[in-house]
Amino acid sequence: MNIVVCVKQVPDTAVERTLRPGDATLDRESVDGLINELDEYAIEEALRISEAHGGEVTILTMGPQKAADSIRKALSMGCDKAVHLLDDGLAGSDALQTSYALAQVITRTGFDLVILGSESTDARTGLLAAMLAERLGVPQLSLASKVEIDAPAIRIHRQADYGYDKVEAALPAVVSVVEKINEPRYPSFKGIMAAKKKPVQTLSLADAGIDPAQVGLAAAATEVVSWAQRPPRQAGTIVKDEGDGGAKAAEYLAAQKFI
Amino acid sequence: MAEVLVFAEHTGGEVKKVTCELLTLARRIGEPAAIWTGPDAEAGRERLAEFGAARVYVADGAEFDEYVTGPKAELLAALVAEKSPAAVLVAGTPEGKEIAARLAVKSGSGVLTDAVDVTGELVAEQSIFGGSIVVRAKVRAGTPIVAVRPNAVTPQAEVGAAELVPVDVPVSDAAKGAKITERVMQERGERPELTEASVVVSGGRGVGGAESFALIEQLADSLGAAVGASRAATDAGWYPHQFQVGQTGKTVAPQLYVAVGISGAIQHRAGMQTSKTIMVINKDPEAPIFELADFGVVGDLFKVVPQLVEQIGQRQA
Ligand SMILES: Cc1cc2nc3c(=O)[nH]c(=O)nc-3n(C[C@H](O)[C@H](O)[C@H](O)COP(=O)(O)OP(=O)(O)OC[C@H]3O[C@@H](n4cnc5c(N)ncnc54)[C@H](O)[C@@H]3O)c2cc1C
Ligand SMILES: Nc1ncnc2c1ncn2[C@@H]1O[C@H](COP(=O)(O)O)[C@@H](O)[C@H]1O
Repeated sequence: MNIVVCVKQVPDTAVERTLRPGDATLDRESVDGLINELDEYAIEEALRISEAHGGEVTILTMGPQKAADSIRKALSMGCDKAVHLLDDGLAGSDALQTSYALAQVITRTGFDLVILGSESTDARTGLLAAMLAERLGVPQLSLASKVEIDAPAIRIHRQADYGYDKVEAALPAVVSVVEKINEPRYPSFKGIMAAKKKPVQTLSLADAGIDPAQVGLAAAATEVVSWAQRPPRQAGTIVKDEGDGGAKAAEYLAAQKFI
Repeated sequence: MAEVLVFAEHTGGEVKKVTCELLTLARRIGEPAAIWTGPDAEAGRERLAEFGAARVYVADGAEFDEYVTGPKAELLAALVAEKSPAAVLVAGTPEGKEIAARLAVKSGSGVLTDAVDVTGELVAEQSIFGGSIVVRAKVRAGTPIVAVRPNAVTPQAEVGAAELVPVDVPVSDAAKGAKITERVMQERGERPELTEASVVVSGGRGVGGAESFALIEQLADSLGAAVGASRAATDAGWYPHQFQVGQTGKTVAPQLYVAVGISGAIQHRAGMQTSKTIMVINKDPEAPIFELADFGVVGDLFKVVPQLVEQIGQRQA
């Protein structure tokens, strides 16, 4: 089983994130980069599948030089190798372009399974898995809270508002995972040492056969017109419960016509 | 006037509120036309008319409900090619966004997600980084596709003809890759859907256990609210994961959000801070969630919530 895991480096969510004044792209320089949290679940699922069914797990990251740190971390969790798509021409790409670039690489490396997080914490578009399925022309098994492989069949539980759907397809396929699916492992000391020697292939646009006219800020299908910090909320009324806290809350709700 | 296609969401013929919100926005841009997949269009028609749909394109094949997103995206792509609409609006739900994603690839169009407003000139307002930044953005390639966050706008009625127009788009085998073999309904009782509810009551670690979530449910039911939970509560297994609010859970923007025993970590705030009114019940006056509160009670939730439920009951009697 040849598994590709798409891993994105994102700014730490615990610190204030902002846009750059010039081109309204995310300021990735001033904030620490981490593996997008849901992508750790994607990595864990890939490792479990390869442990149970054999095969190789390849990390695929598109991102600046700095993203190499996240790639190392992913390798230290136990993945076998990585591809880093790195080219200044990619900066400012939107979801449509990112999916095109990732699909170009994945088509070249070949795959039985592509696994993604269902959403990134910075862009939060949740578009990538469906776009990749569409581009690669394979089944979309997204929002998975459970994955079961019985090659060539693959079955998942797809999270829904009302519970979940059981979904079945034939490999190759694209899977995206939700947080409930597993508990990602921590890299072991041995894993960290081993990761230093694992192969990381760095690809430019030309190496990956990506048309430079179809990626990057200038060619993006969407455009930021303006942006602003949201004004802080007005300070509210805070009362201390002196045995009447519930009553006061009810009074407030009544005054606001909620009851 | 150019058409604006609105992908209608419904369960058993009942049109979801978010669809009425989309129709309200679509009227600013052009002439709204709804797209209906599956049976029961006749049942949903009245509501679509009430919110101004000029017509309803109906594809009633069973395959739209039997496979993951592929058939719906194919239908939309066919309609986009045939009608050259000014824009396509979908609900900003996980599935709505996936349909938008596939349509974007098929039609070479840009997609804007998480829109909280859309102008007549198709500039979308997006709330990003958990609501701390407001962005105005537009699509400059293909047919603009906008996924609008549920509850972001107030639906306004305006009568439309809602003429039912059957469409016959054959679904390709390629679109039928992922087959839905069973839908498993997990109990939610009679409560409204979390992302659509106008009132949400959420419990956090302070609630202390699965049994005491009954208290959160009682408060929710007294307000006709949906129940939410912080990640601390869902991780502990006190409440099912699909009710998690926050960065890695649902984003909600109700009229009223009540946070009970929740500290207000940045990742939780990311899912709720655009709520119109926020009420907080927490025993720690230093909890950061109070910074968002329009009204806050510093106190023990096991004393405050029962009294609140009782008082609401009395006032509503
Ligand atoms: C990448 C990432 C993603 C995350 N995504 C999410 C997410 O989507 N949603 C989310 O919620 N969190 C998320 N988190 C976790 C988040 O950081 C917090 O850990 C979590 O929100 C804390 O939940 P809590 O407020 O319920 O618990 P705590 O922070 O433990 O707060 C409990 C609060 O309850 C109060 N309390 C205790 N007892 C009582 C009582 N008897 N009466 C009144 N008040 C009481 C306490 O004063 C305290 O303020 C994420 C974290 C990371 C790193
Ligand atoms: N630049 C990238 N490189 C690799 N994977 C990515 C990248 N951007 C997004 N992804 C993948 O797509 C998923 C969803 O991201 P998004 O659609 O941006 O919310 C992430 O969890 C990643 O698995």
